[in-house]
Amino acid sequence: MRVVLAEDSVLLREGLIRLLDASGMEVVAAVDEAEGLLRAAEEHRPELVITDVRMPPTHTDEGLRAALLLRRQQPGLAVLVLSQYVEERYAAQLLASAATGGVGYLLKDRVADVAEFIDALRRVASGGTALDPEVVAQLLLRGNSDPLERLTPREHEVLQLMAEGRSNAGIGQALVLSEGAVGKHIGNIFTKLDLSPAEGDHRRVLAVLRFLRIRSLP
Amino acid sequence: MTGLPVAVLLGGLTVLLAVVPRLLWRALPWFTRVQCSRFAAFQGVRIPPTPPPAGWRSPAAWRQLAYHLLSPFVGAAAAFLVATAWGGSFVGLLSFLPPRLEPPPMVFEYNLRDGRVLGIFMGVGLVLLILAPFLARGMAALDLLVARTLLGPSRSELGQRIETLTESRAGVIDAADAERRRIERDLHDGAQQRLVSLAMNLGLARATLTDLPEPARVAIEQAHEEAKQALKELRDFVRGLHPAVLNDQGLDAALSGVAARAPVPVRLRVDIERRTSPTIEAVAFFIVSEALTNIAKHASATRAEVNVRRERDRLHVEVYDDGCGGAALDGGTGLRGLAQRIDAVDGSLRLSSPLGGPTTIEVELPCE
Repeated sequence: MRVVLAEDSVLLREGLIRLLDASGMEVVAAVDEAEGLLRAAEEHRPELVITDVRMPPTHTDEGLRAALLLRRQQPGLAVLVLSQYVEERYAAQLLASAATGGVGYLLKDRVADVAEFIDALRRVASGGTALDPEVVAQLLLRGNSDPLERLTPREHEVLQLMAEGRSNAGIGQALVLSEGAVGKHIGNIFTKLDLSPAEGDHRRVLAVLRFLRIRSLP
Repeated sequence: MTGLPVAVLLGGLTVLLAVVPRLLWRALPWFTRVQCSRFAAFQGVRIPPTPPPAGWRSPAAWRQLAYHLLSPFVGAAAAFLVATAWGGSFVGLLSFLPPRLEPPPMVFEYNLRDGRVLGIFMGVGLVLLILAPFLARGMAALDLLVARTLLGPSRSELGQRIETLTESRAGVIDAADAERRRIERDLHDGAQQRLVSLAMNLGLARATLTDLPEPARVAIEQAHEEAKQALKELRDFVRGLHPAVLNDQGLDAALSGVAARAPVPVRLRVDIERRTSPTIEAVAFFIVSEALTNIAKHASATRAEVNVRRERDRLHVEVYDDGCGGAALDGGTGLRGLAQRIDAVDGSLRLSSPLGGPTTIEVELPCE
């Protein structure tokens, strides 16, 4: 898999290159600011872009803006955004940015759990999603007349794990439930949220995320 | 031959006129200190100090000079009146004694053997005896009043001082805030990146070096876990300090992060059209994050609610929980620090927390 990486800390950039190399991905370009990211993505046409949010020159959100721009320019490009803190509005913008192509938004800390991180990368690259549990928690927080309030605590947990991008089996493992029970919970969630259950893991997750996205926007 | 004495005289006069006033002027603060310590010692009153006389134009210095010139007369008059009252009462009350103590006749003739005269004398003496303590107090109060007026700061000086203090306080708060932001930025650029990188490398080693001997694998595993823990602790610390998201995105975004991490479900409503000053944002963030920490620690609540809204130039922050109540500002909880920070920006705090709950904290902050 061809990857373009944007990260302004040299240490972390070098470390990520090593990590991706070790996992059999090819880092075709590694840059340290947003302009460079746009150029490299134009030039190399990668399958996946990994970018930090806070980068020079202003050290605010140029990485995120570059990611959003790239998703408009290259539909289908998978983008994983890493950040020192997660912000639901960024998540909402990312999710809203395109209907196709995987998207991920993780805390930088998550790179320490190598296997899970690589897993998330692969999921995003293949068109799935990887949202940090903290983002999901924030998205679930909002709202007033709240369809989510109709969910039982267990269904809440299932929805949270679904939004992170886990499969039924993964959810079952995390909550110590059989896959059948997970399926039943998910069915209930869709009924309560007025979503018609669609086929396939991936599309269900997107449906839930779309719902979260709508709720997270004022 | 008379030249020399005249020269000496003139020289002496010059010295007297040129040097002595200057010395006295210099000694002014010293005299003032003596007087102030007199009031502190005898009346237990602290006269607030004025700024040290800056020069000939300082009104405070001239007031002090006036006091030091006036106070001997005030003092003498007061002493005379009080002494007269006490003495008069003494003489009057003892006028029945044999005429050895009889005062010499003064303006009018009188006869102390006459019962009526004796009665008047003793009556006047009694009245003076009763009045004397009040007179003494009155004189002391007069003395103090004069000292306060002339030695203490005047109304305009006090006003000026309040203004200066307000300004410098705002400066200190802003500086502390800027310092917090600087520390956050430094940690973000330095230690945090380094720790992420360390944890990642250890994670990589743990994932790839599977054929190492057992002890080495265990060591790497432990190092990896500890690095992740350190990372988490540092992140929590930075968040409490001054989260970057507060700078970049404002109160709404920063609070949703705090609320999402709270162990009890939190309903958050933020209604702010225009962002407030960074200082007020920081205080409001601190209030909510501190209150939620408190709820998690002490309230055993099942849910909490946070409402933040801006109404023109006031920011209202309200934190509610359905816990056990009994929170107090003077308890060992973080509420005290909270009250202090609110005070520092001239905000107001209302706490309602009956035993058995629920607890509501209402805070109003000036936006500018």
